[in-house]
Amino acid sequence: MKPAAFDYRAPRTLEEALGLLREHQDEAKVLAGGQSLVPAMNFRLARPAVLVDIARVPGLDRIDLDDPGSVTVGARVRHLDLEHNTIPGPLGVLLARTGRWVGHYPIRVRGTFGGSLAHADPAAEWCALACALDAEIHCRSANGARVVEACDFFEQMAFTTCLAPDELLMGVRLPSLGDSWGVGMAEFARRWGDFAIVLAIAAVERDGDSVARARIALGGVAGGPVRAAHAEAALSGRAATPESVAAAAAAAAEEVDPTGDIHGSADYRRDLVRTMVTRALNQALA
Amino acid sequence: MIGESVPRLEDRPLLRGEGRFVADIDLPHQLHMRIVRSHAAHGTITSIDAAEALAVPGVAAVWTGADVADVPPIDFRQVGADQMVPYRQPILAQRRVRYVGEPVAAVFAADPYTAEDGAERVVVEVAELPPVLDAAGPLGDFDERLDTEAYVFTEATGDVEEAFARAEHILEAEFRVGRHTGVPLECRGAVAAHHRDTQTLEFLGAAKVPFQNRDALAQMLGLPPSRVVLREAHVGGGFGVRGELYPEDVLVALAALRLGRPVKWIEDRQEHLVAANHSRDQLHRLRVATDARGVIEGLEVEFVSDQGAYVRTHGATVATLAAAMLPGPYRIPNYRVTGRVRLSNKTPAGTYRAPGRYESTFVRERAMDAVAAELGIDRAEVRRRNLIGSDEMPFERGIDALGTPVVYDSGRYETMLDRVLDHIDYSALTESLAERRAAGELVGLGLGFFVEKSGLGPFAGSRITVDGSGRVTVTTGEASVGQGFETVMAQICSDVLGVGLDSISVVHGQTDQMSYGMGAFASRATVMAGTATHDASEALRQRAIEAAAEMLEASADDLVMADGAVSVAGSPAQAVTLGEIASALGPASPLARGRPGLVAEEWYTTSHMNYPYGLHAGVAALDPDTGRLAFERYVIAYDVGRAINPMLVEGQIVGGAAQGFGGALFEDFSYDEIGQPQATTFMDYLMPTAAEMPDLEILLSEDAPSPLNPLGVKGAGEGGTNACGAVVAAAIDDALGRPGAVTSLPVTPERLHAMCRSLAATG
Ligand SMILES: Cc1cc2nc3c(=O)[nH]c(=O)nc-3n(C[C@H](O)[C@H](O)[C@H](O)COP(=O)(O)OP(=O)(O)OC[C@H]3O[C@@H](n4cnc5c(N)ncnc54)[C@H](O)[C@@H]3O)c2cc1C
Repeated sequence: MKPAAFDYRAPRTLEEALGLLREHQDEAKVLAGGQSLVPAMNFRLARPAVLVDIARVPGLDRIDLDDPGSVTVGARVRHLDLEHNTIPGPLGVLLARTGRWVGHYPIRVRGTFGGSLAHADPAAEWCALACALDAEIHCRSANGARVVEACDFFEQMAFTTCLAPDELLMGVRLPSLGDSWGVGMAEFARRWGDFAIVLAIAAVERDGDSVARARIALGGVAGGPVRAAHAEAALSGRAATPESVAAAAAAAAEEVDPTGDIHGSADYRRDLVRTMVTRALNQALA
Repeated sequence: MIGESVPRLEDRPLLRGEGRFVADIDLPHQLHMRIVRSHAAHGTITSIDAAEALAVPGVAAVWTGADVADVPPIDFRQVGADQMVPYRQPILAQRRVRYVGEPVAAVFAADPYTAEDGAERVVVEVAELPPVLDAAGPLGDFDERLDTEAYVFTEATGDVEEAFARAEHILEAEFRVGRHTGVPLECRGAVAAHHRDTQTLEFLGAAKVPFQNRDALAQMLGLPPSRVVLREAHVGGGFGVRGELYPEDVLVALAALRLGRPVKWIEDRQEHLVAANHSRDQLHRLRVATDARGVIEGLEVEFVSDQGAYVRTHGATVATLAAAMLPGPYRIPNYRVTGRVRLSNKTPAGTYRAPGRYESTFVRERAMDAVAAELGIDRAEVRRRNLIGSDEMPFERGIDALGTPVVYDSGRYETMLDRVLDHIDYSALTESLAERRAAGELVGLGLGFFVEKSGLGPFAGSRITVDGSGRVTVTTGEASVGQGFETVMAQICSDVLGVGLDSISVVHGQTDQMSYGMGAFASRATVMAGTATHDASEALRQRAIEAAAEMLEASADDLVMADGAVSVAGSPAQAVTLGEIASALGPASPLARGRPGLVAEEWYTTSHMNYPYGLHAGVAALDPDTGRLAFERYVIAYDVGRAINPMLVEGQIVGGAAQGFGGALFEDFSYDEIGQPQATTFMDYLMPTAAEMPDLEILLSEDAPSPLNPLGVKGAGEGGTNACGAVVAAAIDDALGRPGAVTSLPVTPERLHAMCRSLAATG
C-alpha cells in the first residue's frame, strides 16, 4: 500500500496551478484534502505522475455571502466548515445537517467541498446536495472559465465528471434558500461515517399548507447523484400531507434503477429510497 | 494491590508515542519484502515471470516456490493429526494456488516502495480450476490424491441412542456462523537479521508465542534453537491471529539468512484481510432430545468447519473447542458430536477470540431458545432447569479438549442467572417489552449463557530479580499482545513483595531471557504466568527475609517486608532495603552461599484448564424500514474467579464484545462465485466503531474462584465476545415474535429488513 512514484508541486498562485495542469494534462492530479485521492494512490488505483497541491492557492477557501441571492462555496472549504457554518437561513441548515454525514471527524477536518464534487462518489452527500439545489459549478483552466449546472457536471458513471484534466473546480454557487423553504436530509449507512447505501436530500418551498416546489436528490442509487423528478412532481402543487409525502416517496422508489453490491441489493436500495425520501421530506416539512 | 484497578504500566510509553512496534524497528542495510499474491482462488501455476521485476533498480531478489522448495511447510503448533499433515501450507505456493492472497513470490528491495514496484511487475499465470466455496457442499480435490476433507473426529459421552429413544420431544435445527476474524490495529510484521559474528538469527516483532515460533523456525531453517532469538516488541492486538507463524515470517527469516542482509516486512491492511487467519465459518446440524420439562437428555451434533485453503498452525483447535465446549453450562448427560474440518478455496483459518465457543454458544443458545419456544417454557426457566449445579463441581464432561479432559473446576451458574435476572428486573422487563411490541414496536430481549475456558497449561515460569537499586524485574517466557500483561504481573508481584508498581519492570517474549515459554493465547497469561509470578514472588520474599535476618542479626520470624525493605517488626529503624540485600548477595559474599543474587524462579505446571462463565443479556429494537438493529441495553456478567485488575477485566470484556457484535452484525468475509474475496478493505470489511456499540453494563463477579491456582484466578479475555452472536439472534427473534427466525450470522440490515417485510406480509 505504497503509492507509485510521483512528482509533488505546490503552486502559490492560481496561474501557476493552471499552468501546471495545462502542462501535464491527464498525467497530473489536483490534490485538495487528499481524503479520496491519497487512499486511491496507496492502492495504486490512481497513479498521477504529478500532484498539484492547491493548498496554497489563494482564495479557494472562501464562503462568499456577498450576493443576496446565492452563496458561493470555494472549492477548498472543508466539510467541517460547512457543518459548522454561519450561512443564514435554510441553506445553512441543510449544509450543516448534510455535512455531519460526510465520513468521520478527521476526514471532515481535511476533506474539501470541491474535492468531494470533483471525486464524484455516487454516494457522496455534497454531490446530491449540489444536484438537488441546481448548483452552478465554476470551473477554470488556463484557457478560461466556464459554469456548469450540477446535474450536467456529474456523468452517470461513478467517479466521472465533465471536468477536463486541465480544469480546476473553483467554487460552487448555491441558491440561498429563502425562509419559505424547508430542508431535510436522511441517510442510511451500515455504520456511522460510512458512505451511504442510500441518501436523500430534500428542499421544499411552502406556500401556506401546500408545497410550491420540491427538490429531491438521491445518492447511492446510480452512477452519480440523481434528481427524483417524479417524486418532485408528485409533491409540487399538492397539500403537504402524509399522503402526498408517501406518494412522492413511492414515486422516488419507482423511478430509480439502483444496482446492488455486498452492502445492499437493488431491491433493498429501492426500499431504502422510499424510507429516506419520506424521512427527508418529513424533516423538510416539519 | 490485587483487586485494584490501577492504571496500566503500559500506558505511559504508548500514550506518549514512545511505544516500539515492529514497524518502528529498522536495521542498517535492511531489505524490504513484498509478497506477490495469487489473484486466482484455485489453479495451477503455469508460469511466473520475474524478469521485469528484477530489472527495477533497487530490487535485490525475487523468489518463487522453486527457490524455497527445500523448506518444509509450516507445522501444527497444537491439535495436529497425521491426516492433516498433507494439508499444511508451503511458504510460497508450489505449483498449485488455493486461495486469493496466497503467497506466490517474494520481492526483496531497498525500500518498501520499490518492493511494491517490483511486485506488481511479477507476472503470474494460472490455469484456473473450479474452486470449492461451500465447505458444507460436495467435497473437491485438494490435489491429485486428496479430497478437501482434512480431518473428522467424534467425541461422545453417555448413551445418545437411549436418550433419543425415551425423549418426550425431539428438535432438529441447522445453524451457521459466518466467516470473520480478529483484525488487530497493528498489522503483522517482522524484521530479521542474521548476525554472522555470533551465528545467531535474530527475529524481531514476534508476538503471542515467541518460544514455540523459535523452535518452529529453527526446525524449518535447520538451525539450533539456541542460535535463533525471537523478541517481542509492543504488540497492537493479537486476538489469536497475530503472532502465529505464517509463511511471511518464515520468508523474512530465510531471506535474512540467504541474502545476508536484514529483512523487514510490514503487512498492509489489504494483505491482512486476505492473508492472516480467518476464523469461525461453521455449519452445525443438531438434534436435541428433551424430557417433558425441557431438560435436555440428549444432544447430537454434526458440524463442518470451513478451514480455508490449508491447515495452519492451529490444526483442528477451533473445531475441537467447538465440539468440547458446545454443551456449555448445561448438564446434557448424553452428547455426541462429529466435527469435520474441511478445506475450501478461501483464506486459511485459525483461532479468533473465543474460538469454537462463539460458534457453539450461538448454536447451543439458539437450541435452548428453540426448546423454550417448542415447549412453551420461559427462556430463563428452561436454562435454569438445565444448568449444572454448584454441588456438581468439579464437573466432568466426559470429553477432551486440547489434550486435557474437560473438567469444569468451579461455578455457581444459578447464582449468576439470578444476578442477571435481578439486574435487568426480568419479569418487569419482559412485560414492558411485550407491551411495547403490542403497541407496534419491534423490540426484544436475548439471553446467552456460556462457559469459557482459560489457563491452558502445561507450564509457565517466572523469574524475579532485584538489582542493587532495589528495582524488581519480573521475567517470563509468556507474552503480551497489549492486554495489560505487564500491569497484571507487576500487581501480583507487588502484592507479595510490597514494592510500588513503578519499581517493577516486566520482561516478556524474549527467547534469550528465559529457558522456556508458551505465550498469550487461550486466556492463559494471567492464570499461568500470574501464578508462576505469584509463586516466584513468594520465593523471593522468603529469600530476602532469610538474607535480611542474617544482615540484621534478627530472627526471620520477627521480620516484616514493606515498601521495598525488610525491617524488624516494631522497630522500623532496623531495616535493610531490597537493594541492599541484593548488593549483599554478590557471588563472593558469604551470605550468598553459592547462590548469588536476590533472585527466585518458579514454574507452575498444570494439566487442567479452568472455566470462567458468564451470561449476556441484551435488549434490542429493530427499525423495520431500514433493518437497523440498535441495542438499548446490553449486560455482560462474567465470573473470573478473581479479578487482579477489574478495570482491565472490564476492558477485555468491552473490547471482546465489540468483536462479538462485529461478527454478529457487520463483519463478513464473503466471496463471489469464482472465489474472489469481497471484503478486502475497511470499506467492505465492516468493523463496528464506538458509534455502533451500545453502552455495556458489566457485572463482574468472583463467586467461583478456581481451586486450581493459589490466586483463584480464571482468564478474562474471551467472555465479552462469546455470547454476542447468540444474544443478537435471540433479541431479534423476540423483537419479531418469531422464535427461530435467525439461524445464521451475521444478520445484516438487509436481511433484517426482509424479515420485517415478511412479518408485515404475514401479519
Ligand atoms: C474513511 C473515509 C470515509 C469517507 N466517508 C465519506 C462519506 O461518507 N461521504 C463523502 O462524501 N465522502 C466521504 N469520504 C471522502 C471525503 O469526503 C473526501 O474528502 C472527498 O471525497 C474528497 O475531497 P478531498 O478534498 O479530500 O479531495 P482529494 O482526495 O484531494 O481529491 C479527490 C479527487 O478530486 C480531485 N480534485 C480535488 N479538488 C479539486 C479541484 N478543486 N479541482 C479539480 N479537481 C479536484 C482530485 O484530483 C481527486 O481526483 C470518506 C473518506 C474516507 C477516507
